[in-house]
Amino acid sequence: MMTRLLMPLLCGLVFGMGLAMSGMTDTRVVLGFLDITGNWDPALMLVMVGALGVTIPGFWWAQKRDRPLLADEFHLPASRKIESKPLVGSVIFGIGWGLYGYCPGPALASLTALHWQPLLFVAAMSVGMYLERAMTNRAS
Amino acid sequence: MSTLLTPLAGGVLIGLSALAMLGMLGRITGISGIFAGVITGQAGVWRWAFIAGLISGPFMYHLLSQSTAPAPSVADWPTIIAAGLLVGFGARYAGGCTSGHAVCGIGRLSPRSIAATITFIATGMLTVAVTRHLLGFAQ
Repeated sequence: MMTRLLMPLLCGLVFGMGLAMSGMTDTRVVLGFLDITGNWDPALMLVMVGALGVTIPGFWWAQKRDRPLLADEFHLPASRKIESKPLVGSVIFGIGWGLYGYCPGPALASLTALHWQPLLFVAAMSVGMYLERAMTNRAS
Repeated sequence: MSTLLTPLAGGVLIGLSALAMLGMLGRITGISGIFAGVITGQAGVWRWAFIAGLISGPFMYHLLSQSTAPAPSVADWPTIIAAGLLVGFGARYAGGCTSGHAVCGIGRLSPRSIAATITFIATGMLTVAVTRHLLGFAQ
């Protein structure tokens, strides 16, 4: 119960608070960060600095153990190699991100603001995810 | 001061959340993957719990800090639909988004994630350059 519900709920809560605090849920701030040829606002670089300042040493330390504290095993991506698929996907993702300024986390984290834009965005994003799954399933 | 401090502190919270997910539950905090798991009915209550927390987090933050959530940018609905479709499709095809690749993948020093992150930030920048400065859209 503790591991399956409370921990991920708490982690999601802290993650969402971090997104709101950092400015990632503000599409204007995100587009300002991506606007490198205009009035560039580098503040979001600091979000990366703060997050990676924790995850780079923290992940190294956490993985020195054989298993996580509250689960049986680590579930990690199999491949660390640079391949075309993640790069092609990232190009498609980057275009969508630059079009409006939401990536998946901030879009979900903006739902409670009760505007129609994040709702429509999350609905379209879900359709995009279904399409990707349908296409990938057919190919394999 | 606070304009520099809040992004940094927000980033630290994001990092701590990702570290707790890995260290305690052994999971990578990739939001596009977790959310796709929820909407496609993949097993794992933890996914539902995490997404529920993620959605509630900003509400809590604005309540505690007595601030208001930022209003979304002005854009017409076809732009928002196109952006959402591309983000959903692309993030899944890439095997991760800003959280999975940039925060966790780089956290693991994975070359695959470093390359993906450089690619989506560069493409995002190029997209803003084209839409804002070449085509003159205002959002």
